[in-house]
Amino acid sequence: MSDELNYLAARAARGLLNRRAFLGRAAALGVTATMANTLLASAVRAAGPKAGGTLTMGLGGGESTNSLDPGLDASQVPFMYMSTMGNMLTTVDPMGNLEASLAESWDSSPDAITWTFKIRKGVEFHNGATMTVDDVVKTLQRHSDKNSKSGALGIMQGIADLKADGDNLVVTLKTANADLPYLMADYHLIMQPGGGIDKPDAGIFTGAYKLKTFEPGVRVVMEKNPNYWDSSVGHFDTVEMLVINDATARNAALQSGQVQMVNQVEPKVADLLKRGKNITVAAAAGHGIYVFNMFCDTAPFDNNDLRMALKLAIDREEMVKKILAGYGTVGNDMPVNASYPLFDDTIPQRTYDPEAAAAAYKKSGHSGSILLRTADAAFPGAIDAAALYQQSAKKAGITLEIKREPNDGYWNDVWNKQPFSASYWGGRATQDQMYSTAYLSTADWNDTRFKDPKFDALLMQGRAELDQTKRKAIYSEMGHIMRDTGGLICPMFNNFIAAYRNDKIEGWLDNPNQDMMNGLAAVKCWAA
Amino acid sequence: MHPVVKLLAQRIALGILLLLAASVLIFGGTQILPGDVAQAILGQQATPVALANLRAQMGLNDPAYIRYFHWLFGAMHGDFGTSLANGSDVATDIAGRLANTLFLAATAAIIAVPTAITLGLISVRYQGRWPDKVISAVTLATVSVPEFLLGYILMFFLAVEYPIAPSVSTIYDSMGFFEKLHAIVLPVMVLVLVVLGHMMRMTRAAILNVMQSAYIETAELKGIRPFLVIFRHAFPNAVSPVVNVVMINLAYLVVGVVVVEVVFVFPGMGQYLVDHVAKRDVPVVQACGLVFAAVYIGLNMLADVISILANPRLRHPK
Repeated sequence: MSDELNYLAARAARGLLNRRAFLGRAAALGVTATMANTLLASAVRAAGPKAGGTLTMGLGGGESTNSLDPGLDASQVPFMYMSTMGNMLTTVDPMGNLEASLAESWDSSPDAITWTFKIRKGVEFHNGATMTVDDVVKTLQRHSDKNSKSGALGIMQGIADLKADGDNLVVTLKTANADLPYLMADYHLIMQPGGGIDKPDAGIFTGAYKLKTFEPGVRVVMEKNPNYWDSSVGHFDTVEMLVINDATARNAALQSGQVQMVNQVEPKVADLLKRGKNITVAAAAGHGIYVFNMFCDTAPFDNNDLRMALKLAIDREEMVKKILAGYGTVGNDMPVNASYPLFDDTIPQRTYDPEAAAAAYKKSGHSGSILLRTADAAFPGAIDAAALYQQSAKKAGITLEIKREPNDGYWNDVWNKQPFSASYWGGRATQDQMYSTAYLSTADWNDTRFKDPKFDALLMQGRAELDQTKRKAIYSEMGHIMRDTGGLICPMFNNFIAAYRNDKIEGWLDNPNQDMMNGLAAVKCWAA
Repeated sequence: MHPVVKLLAQRIALGILLLLAASVLIFGGTQILPGDVAQAILGQQATPVALANLRAQMGLNDPAYIRYFHWLFGAMHGDFGTSLANGSDVATDIAGRLANTLFLAATAAIIAVPTAITLGLISVRYQGRWPDKVISAVTLATVSVPEFLLGYILMFFLAVEYPIAPSVSTIYDSMGFFEKLHAIVLPVMVLVLVVLGHMMRMTRAAILNVMQSAYIETAELKGIRPFLVIFRHAFPNAVSPVVNVVMINLAYLVVGVVVVEVVFVFPGMGQYLVDHVAKRDVPVVQACGLVFAAVYIGLNMLADVISILANPRLRHPK
């Protein structure tokens, strides 16, 4: 390994070089991204985490209605404190690969119907009780009960049976699913003693920190769990999360040093914040998409030439630059991108092409203006994005009429009801989950009315396929179908933008799966 | 009966009646919200049977007036029910939040009221001269700037650039009294600046009104120092309008500071109410509404009482 690369990795590990820049320079030295990431991770470890200290975080997305029941976790702050205090069976690493957590390993029958998870031994709950396979079974049962209010109910519905078998959990599915271990990484599925059936909000978990003070909507204080099963993480003595919903107040708290980390940095102020002393802005390319949906079964969008014309008439680069202030990546009319596992990055990127758009528009035979509905509720900047779209489409001879809808009721009255509207998706862990949620013919949330029997068949085939090479080929084919015939116009993927004091915090590693290192910032970072 | 006692009794009875009327409005208002409480608790996946069970259990099938009296009876005993969103006891939650809000409001009031009145007196003393003009201009400016902007400006200078006070004002029980005071320096400054102008100008106007009276002239001819004339002779006769405007501002400090709470992350009533309104948490909304109404009505009643007591014609009837 070259000295230069090691030097760069060490710098990156100390936060002097951001990860993206490091990967870029490593690529220039002829190193693959995977290799470079491994190198970076080992350099971070070599620098050595330091134990002790207090971490104070300023977080947006918390309310005084927040609960300690992992099933009810639906906003950013609960997600953060749950991830800090609890564990699922599996977790997803920054590369999109599965990592063992409370399950040490897993395996399935060849048909991907029966799954066996080997449960980690000697894991202790915060109340001192040892976690058993029975606790695991009961937790999953609580989330899959049909009367459950759990946010994970939707993904648990494919489970036919759950049972304990010695040290193992055996899950039997109704239909084959090769992604079950990914589903087990869902942030609601945190293990609780007795499954949390008696008292779902007891606040007793297995994580690296345990609860000390819980004032919903104000602050949550946690202290180090000395008996945590993974001694390589959980370095702070105390972690305090302050709920700061106002973006300006959050940034001021970071600048004044009252907090060492903040989430939800607005793209338009990210560059300004970065200029501050000792502040690093960490942007992770996420799974979230800002989109325009067309109904494939409603005129005039039932004509694929017209759909193609509209897809070609949007200037993606401009959207990323102006709506996301550069904190995002261009989309390719698929709801998935390279941050998803098994993504085929050889699918050509669609670009703004007014001539081709004009030609496709002419071929479609449509005339007159097309009504696009938008509201700021659809995504931050959706009204401006629609205006940009109107301008770029005009150059292709397509007239878009923009209708601004009220934010209130947008999700009830416009989204999934009107044939052409702005929207967003937060993304899912796997391609299968994302496609099943909104692009399968029978999906409840099929917000583009995309009904393609071949696509559906491929989705089912991919779900049951355990051979990763074959699966990747299937997803590639589905990506092509979606991109070329779907009703989704996906101009951009937004980033998760966080910021931290680089004079106080070390060990930050971007994770595209969720905000704040997939919720593990407090668990994995340490005091500088 | 002494006429003052009678007047006071009348005022207090009226206040209670008004509070009852407000409680009817609050209850009625939450009843006509779309959707019902059982639906709100069970969410969209509710089965019809579960809905019916819960409605029966909560007494939602009773007529509205019976539910109103149940609620009122509970509220009078300090029982506001439990939150729908997280199942906690509303009275306990509100007690903590209300204590925080009152702490902030009281600190701001202790600074703002004497300052405003003193500035008002100074303005009258130097009426039309530069101190009067400076005081008017500055207080008018701070009243006119929106409170969140004032908050951000103070935050930028006093927390980020020259850090003398924290920008996050979260307070909690385990903090000492002076720690709490330090935490709320910035929001208190904002609130003082916001309410100062109104009270100061009202003081000035009310006193100027009586400055034309014959007895002021007499006092001046007696050779009393101008400031003492204003403070001893003019001010007591202008107390009534001043007390009224002070009380309105105090009420504002308790019920109207949600924006300041958000900007400085202060765990008060406003933020609590907004969070629960967003979740259609009816018991909390009702309880907050009632508390706010009680504060408003209570402070206005107090203003009336003080006005009555301050009026010699009423105290010493012929």
